[in-house]
Amino acid sequence: MGSPIVDLAGVAKTFESRAGATEALRAVSLSVDAGEFVSVIGPSGCGKSSLLRIVGDLVEPSAGVVRVKGKSARQARLDRDYGIVFQTPVLYDWRTVLENVQLPLELAGRPRAERLQRPRALLRLVGLDEFAGHYPWQLSGGMQQRVSIARALALNPSILLMDEPFGALDEMTRERLNQELLQVCAETAATVLFVTHSIAEAVFLSTRIVVMSPRPGGIERVVTVDLPRPRVGAIRADPRFFELVTTVRQSLREDPGLAGDRAGPGGR
Amino acid sequence: MVVAIAVVWEGGKALFALPSYQLPHLHEIAADFLREGAGGERWLWIMTQNAGYTALESLIGFALGGVTGLVLAIGFAHSRWLERGLLPYVVGSQTVPILAIAPMVVVWLGTSWFSKAVIAAYLTFFPVTVNMSRGLRAVDPDALALMHALAASSRQILFKLRFPAALPYLFTALRISATASVIGAIVGELPVGSRFGMGVVIINAAQYYNWRPANLWAAILVSAVIGIVFYHAVAAVERRVVSGSRTAPAV
Repeated sequence: MGSPIVDLAGVAKTFESRAGATEALRAVSLSVDAGEFVSVIGPSGCGKSSLLRIVGDLVEPSAGVVRVKGKSARQARLDRDYGIVFQTPVLYDWRTVLENVQLPLELAGRPRAERLQRPRALLRLVGLDEFAGHYPWQLSGGMQQRVSIARALALNPSILLMDEPFGALDEMTRERLNQELLQVCAETAATVLFVTHSIAEAVFLSTRIVVMSPRPGGIERVVTVDLPRPRVGAIRADPRFFELVTTVRQSLREDPGLAGDRAGPGGR
Repeated sequence: MVVAIAVVWEGGKALFALPSYQLPHLHEIAADFLREGAGGERWLWIMTQNAGYTALESLIGFALGGVTGLVLAIGFAHSRWLERGLLPYVVGSQTVPILAIAPMVVVWLGTSWFSKAVIAAYLTFFPVTVNMSRGLRAVDPDALALMHALAASSRQILFKLRFPAALPYLFTALRISATASVIGAIVGELPVGSRFGMGVVIINAAQYYNWRPANLWAAILVSAVIGIVFYHAVAAVERRVVSGSRTAPAV
């Protein structure tokens, strides 16, 4: 298949509010091929989350065209082509771990046999099959996020949208989950669009990194990560890994006017 | 706790030298349950029968009001328009004293148990509507975004997300409604024509208060017990239905 799985052309977003209009995204064009792992990185408020939500048809673009598998983003959403993972796990407290992973299959009206088997297999994949009967609040943050990834994979989506999924986790858990995510993606062959604040995480995971400029967000630069795949933890010590981290860091231009007070989330 | 109340009760009576027609001794109230009524039955049995009757009316009113409240809340959560149109009347309904409405309801619907249940429902539905329409809206935006990303229908969003997420709100309301429904049923029994229930017992006891004050106190005690039992029954169901981390602290 030569045609890209996600194709954005001149996408812009302006949020209207009583305080006035805020231009979040300006003229973003990007093509993602099947099987790619594309990270979006940029300073806080650069609209990278909005970009992800525009691809997932959760936010309407103010201008531009979004094509997903040759369809409109809306049609792709209705066809359930997306799996989504948020920064917080967004698990439903009243459902067990297993029932949370079953949710997408229930909503899609899949047959009973599939609703029982597929979530089991996914929980095995993320190493949580023993916890199937637990409730989310009985699990650690890292485990909850793994459940959330299993849930995102339940309908075997062709596109996985991940909005800073490991941003709230400690560094060690994050590195372990990065490794696991690559294994999971290798087994499911999903295309991944991944928003992150962490340069190292982006370099470790991605085939390409989209570096965004400060608000209004646009694409500053696209860095191709030519590290061999499959990737293992040792690659973090590779000189090429450091080169790429440096390249991305230099591309990340801080908004000069706001550099000082923007430290917060960007520093994670 | 019971001992503490008893000490304050009897202590207060001794300290302010209150005569029994103002505050009877606890043993006088207890003795009233063993006294024989006009029909030769002991008051414990008379109270139990009337309390059962009131409890049944309250329960039916509670169910009726709960369902009405829920339907209104779902309507409000789905349509701002409907809420804006109806909410003023819903609020207004609760500012009218129930004592003024009860006789009219009894005139309209008769003196049977049904009119009492309707009055109980009148007090019950309001907390459910207010709390539930808030609970149905207080959904985590990402939880909602998840539903949209999975192309859920609005029906699925209601039953698989909004409703379960609002259960703690519902039970908070039901606890208030549980005690309110008993009040409603008793108030509904006060108007002339009613023959059974704690409301009737209270009216009669009040008429003969100077002669036998302990009787009214016993009736008040029994009425309170019905409300307390209802409250705890709701709390028990809540513990079973709402998972551990989500139970609202006891009021």
